Amino acid sequence: MSKTSRTGIIAPANAKKDSIIEIRAIAQHDMETGFRYTEDGKRIPRDIIRLFTCRYNNEEVFRADFYSGIGANPLIIFNTIAVASGTIECRWTGDDGYEAVNQVNITIS
Amino acid sequence: MKTSPLCKQWLYVLFAIMIAQSVFAAEIAKVNRQSSYQLMTAENQAMQDDPNLNPALFWVMDGHSLWKEKTGNKNVSCASCHGDSGKKMSGVATQFPKILRGKLRTLEGQINQCRASQQDASALAYESKELLALTTFVASQSKGMPIAIQETPLNTKDLQQGKQFFNERMGQLNLSCAQCHQDRAGLKLGGSLIPQGHPTAYPIYRIEWQTMGSLQRRLRNCMSGVRAKQFEYGSTEMAQLELYLMWRARGMPLETPGVRP
Repeated sequence: MSKTSRTGIIAPANAKKDSIIEIRAIAQHDMETGFRYTEDGKRIPRDIIRLFTCRYNNEEVFRADFYSGIGANPLIIFNTIAVASGTIECRWTGDDGYEAVNQVNITIS
Repeated sequence: MKTSPLCKQWLYVLFAIMIAQSVFAAEIAKVNRQSSYQLMTAENQAMQDDPNLNPALFWVMDGHSLWKEKTGNKNVSCASCHGDSGKKMSGVATQFPKILRGKLRTLEGQINQCRASQQDASALAYESKELLALTTFVASQSKGMPIAIQETPLNTKDLQQGKQFFNERMGQLNLSCAQCHQDRAGLKLGGSLIPQGHPTAYPIYRIEWQTMGSLQRRLRNCMSGVRAKQFEYGSTEMAQLELYLMWRARGMPLETPGVRP
């Protein structure tokens, strides 16, 4: 997996206070399981995202542990409550020093 | 036994019907043609339609980076000739496979040809991330445009050969493409619906593959399914079959980058 992984977050730019908002986060990642072998019998080392976290104004609102069974380019969709204007920051960390951070701004009215 | 004239007339009519049927059964009528997009679940359709959900967009972005990257001994990029945005590639993918300098070329083949002649760079391997990204980037510039393959005196030989491959039984299961994707399209193979096999969205992000893949990968998939010797990546046979399939889907809008289950 190249370390220049792309990520994306989709969240509403504007929302009403206390409304439920949907956040979608996708990362480009091969999610190599570690169970596969090359043609000459060598094990392909595991290279997966291990942890996904989402912080809303620096407070953690969502966390997920990933395992080998998660497919490539994982897409996570979850809901949270729009409490205040600020930033939503997602972080993907994984094997072989993989780390990707992406953030979007949200304005609450 | 002598047949009466009336009986003979009936025989002629019967023959005419039989011939007509064999002709009409051979091809799916234009109005009944259907992209496999219509067979997908609402979720998968949404995945293809929403640029924020379509994983193929990562390859489009990678392709755009490669497009602008100078490479080869001549140190030029695709963008040096064709422009930064790729907009000039609009409509290009609807015309491939195409005869260029007397040789039938697929879009992938043409990208590699351009690399060799204009950039003096090595050819990219089939199904490599780079070639898939570039192909997806170029083909996505034609999204929504109708496939524009016509039968011309130049390509007719290849087109007919492709048609023959499509109708020819192959492999230990002794099946032709047409037997499933024409005669039995819409029926089931195991649990899944048999699509008509129009290559309207390639390269596709196939969820089963968890990555992008070319039409040739998909074709090799079916060939191994019927236990046949697969055509080689980048071979003339592949290009001819691709040409026939694109001709068969002429007029249908290109969906690249597509998502398929």
